Amino acid sequence: MALFSGENILCFRGERTVFADLSFRIQLGEALVLRGPNGSGKSTLLRLMAGLLKPHDGTITWDGENISDDPEGHNAHLHYVGHADAVKPVLSVHENIVFWANLRANAGPIEAALDAFGIGYLTDVPGRFLSAGQKRRVNLARILASPAELWLLDEPTTALDAEAISDLEREIATHRASGGMVIASTHTEIGLKDARILNLDDFRLTEDAA
Amino acid sequence: MNTFISIVRRDLQLAMRQGMDSVMVVAFFILAVMLFPFGVGPEANILARIAAGVIWVAALLSSMLSLERLFQIDYEDGSLELLALQPCALEITVMAKITAHWLTTGLPLLIATPLLAVFMSLPSDGFWALLFTLAIGTPSLSLIGAIGAALILGSRRGGVLLSLLVLPLYIPVLIFGVSAVDGAISGLPIKAHLLIMAGLLVAALPLCPWAGAGAIKQALET
Repeated sequence: MALFSGENILCFRGERTVFADLSFRIQLGEALVLRGPNGSGKSTLLRLMAGLLKPHDGTITWDGENISDDPEGHNAHLHYVGHADAVKPVLSVHENIVFWANLRANAGPIEAALDAFGIGYLTDVPGRFLSAGQKRRVNLARILASPAELWLLDEPTTALDAEAISDLEREIATHRASGGMVIASTHTEIGLKDARILNLDDFRLTEDAA
Repeated sequence: MNTFISIVRRDLQLAMRQGMDSVMVVAFFILAVMLFPFGVGPEANILARIAAGVIWVAALLSSMLSLERLFQIDYEDGSLELLALQPCALEITVMAKITAHWLTTGLPLLIATPLLAVFMSLPSDGFWALLFTLAIGTPSLSLIGAIGAALILGSRRGGVLLSLLVLPLYIPVLIFGVSAVDGAISGLPIKAHLLIMAGLLVAALPLCPWAGAGAIKQALET
């Protein structure tokens, strides 16, 4: 039973304490939604969870093992969707996704991933002709093309239309039903059934306390 | 190994499709060398005397031209952080990108060199020495340059900073490359020079991807 958790995480950006004493835990099939105003550290927390950043204090563990002990092993568990979509303008949609899928040991069918986000018809279109929303769909199709247990989604609904958002909700539900975990930061409502909510405002140090 | 090949193939594909990069590097190389006959005059003996040095310095500057873009584009479009989040060590990824850089700049330079050697009336005794030193020297240039390219990520005016960081580190390669060619022309044994250059390459091979990966991790933390 995989368990992803963090204990007493402390994080600074520059001189400022972004959050302190933050803990979370998430198990197979669960979803965690990060909430908080701009600058409350949602993206920072997701980057900490991905291992791109190191916490200044506290630990983040996968099945009881600190993720910084085996970063490559942790990478194999996760998919990260950040602000940038990493779509190469001169490669076709298909080539873009195949490249990322082939870096993983368990590449699945690309066509199914494209169809899940309704971009099957764009297969041969070069990345430079895509709109922002289409690029985001490509980026989301990427994480379907090679299954991983943990999805870290940083504002995944940015630039998506209503139809794509419902595609995303459906894929997240399927992913959770098959035992996946999802951690997402979002401002808009996305329908995640009984997702737990982590409000980052609760972990901000007030000026008086510091 | 699969990852290594995938990344090299993707970078070559990108270089082919957006074209120009390799062409520009070779064009710069040829033009830079062609300026010298205009600058120092067309006397064959003077050109022959400076040929090795001129070709080496031009090769070094042109291989630096495309270095700035080695990681910068992937950094800006988010590919670099995804590459860092793959199950293979980042060092392998960096090594793959360096390999692709050499294939798209070092190799074309090598192919253009015979033409320039004739143009600069390089004595025929030095011809093979020049090709051979460039063949083992340009991979070192790509390797060392990758550290600089990784260090400038996220900084503005990275290009100038890159040359300040990297050019001093190129000096040993340049010294032994040029003196091997000069040695070959004057009929001296050059084995020692070649061994030192090979040594530099062997030392750079593990060290530079390691340092480059460290610098990239640092850049991704911001």
